[in-house]
Amino acid sequence: MRLSSRRGLLLGAGASALVASRAFAQTAPAAGPFTLPPLPYAPEANEAAIDTRTMQIHHDLHHAAYVNNLNAALKDHGQIGGLPLGVLLTKLAELPDTIRAAVRNNGGGHANHSMFWEIMGGPGGTPSGELAEAITRDFGSFETLRTRLETAGNTQFGSGWAFVTVSPEGRLGIAQRPNQDTPLMEGGRVLLGNDVWEHAYYLRYQNRRAEYTRAWWNVVNWDAVAKRYAAAKAGTLGI
Amino acid sequence: MAFSLPPLPYSTTALAGQGMCQETLELHHGKHHNAYVTALNGLVESKGLAGKSLETIVAEAGKAGADGLPVLNQAGQHWNHVLFWQVMSPKGGGDKLPAALAAKIDSDLGGLAAFKEAFKQAGITQFGSGWAWLIIGHDGKLKVTKTPNGANPLSTGEGQPILGVDVWEHAYYLDFRNVRPNYLDNFLTKLVDWDVVEGLLKSGGMKSGQGA
Repeated sequence: MRLSSRRGLLLGAGASALVASRAFAQTAPAAGPFTLPPLPYAPEANEAAIDTRTMQIHHDLHHAAYVNNLNAALKDHGQIGGLPLGVLLTKLAELPDTIRAAVRNNGGGHANHSMFWEIMGGPGGTPSGELAEAITRDFGSFETLRTRLETAGNTQFGSGWAFVTVSPEGRLGIAQRPNQDTPLMEGGRVLLGNDVWEHAYYLRYQNRRAEYTRAWWNVVNWDAVAKRYAAAKAGTLGI
Repeated sequence: MAFSLPPLPYSTTALAGQGMCQETLELHHGKHHNAYVTALNGLVESKGLAGKSLETIVAEAGKAGADGLPVLNQAGQHWNHVLFWQVMSPKGGGDKLPAALAAKIDSDLGGLAAFKEAFKQAGITQFGSGWAWLIIGHDGKLKVTKTPNGANPLSTGEGQPILGVDVWEHAYYLDFRNVRPNYLDNFLTKLVDWDVVEGLLKSGGMKSGQGA
């Protein structure tokens, strides 16, 4: 599901995948309700944790595939496809059997990656203001939050994500999910999350996932996270 | 007896001309597989695994469902990789299958081309980490299937694998990046040692020789 055979045909050998994919990304039909958001910064922006090549492949190919596959799954389901993504993901149980897995995997992948790009591109450091107070209240310290999120990522066996969740009241928690599942599917909201699929870190870190999850803090954009926190409390955080 | 990492049956450079580079083999065997062995040995005492074969441990962990996952993740991955190294070879690939295997694939799966397509689709559609398999089912017929993460057809009770391909991204990311279909094509056309697969067909599956 993640890689359609069409992509396999279009993309040549692995070594030329990036070049070929660029062509693919530009010529792919934008048929369907969902579109790939551009990276909100240059792919070099996360070099303090994530190499440029990984950013390009991850956004231009992996994320693009989720969007394309999600649109393909919804092609003949106009009414469902008109739902906002955050709402769609709470209705998996009501979807036709023929598209449920595709929407779960690709819709989850679209939501997770859209959030992921949004909360990176920053200088790392520490949160401030109301968010910092909430972290101290709910975790005891920022360092405890860091350790708990890293542990959630490091112990997610196989592909998946580690999240900091946020309630409408602003309460924070830690969650891990396999593959492209997300707390959005249970009606929850994600403050921030880290991708621990091997594609997120393998080119630079290989098998050393724990090094990646520790270095990742270097590129978190706490201003963007603070905006998500305020939106969650205001009830306006869509995904 | 402790679990051990079996040496690769070829050098880490042996498959470089066939789409699996030295760095992939060094990491995959020396780091990933080794980590599963180390973690599994660390569970022997706390999980009461002493005296059991790896095959028994995998089957019992599979039956235990969610409770069995901590053991299955490591034990399944140990077994899966032991098989994986065996079914590849520097002299692998090609479409000339040994007679008994070819006949069995013809009769049970509709021929080599149909098998390859089904096997490739199983690998492509295993969302996230996992494996695609050719197994001997309980009815004695060959069947293509897939499993997530560290599970395998022994843990699901589906049958005896005689061929398996790792579709965790660590298996192919250095060589093929995101293009899993090309990795699977390459595996089937250049890497599979069909003589080994026929040997496993005749013996009824792999006995790892590993135990706690």
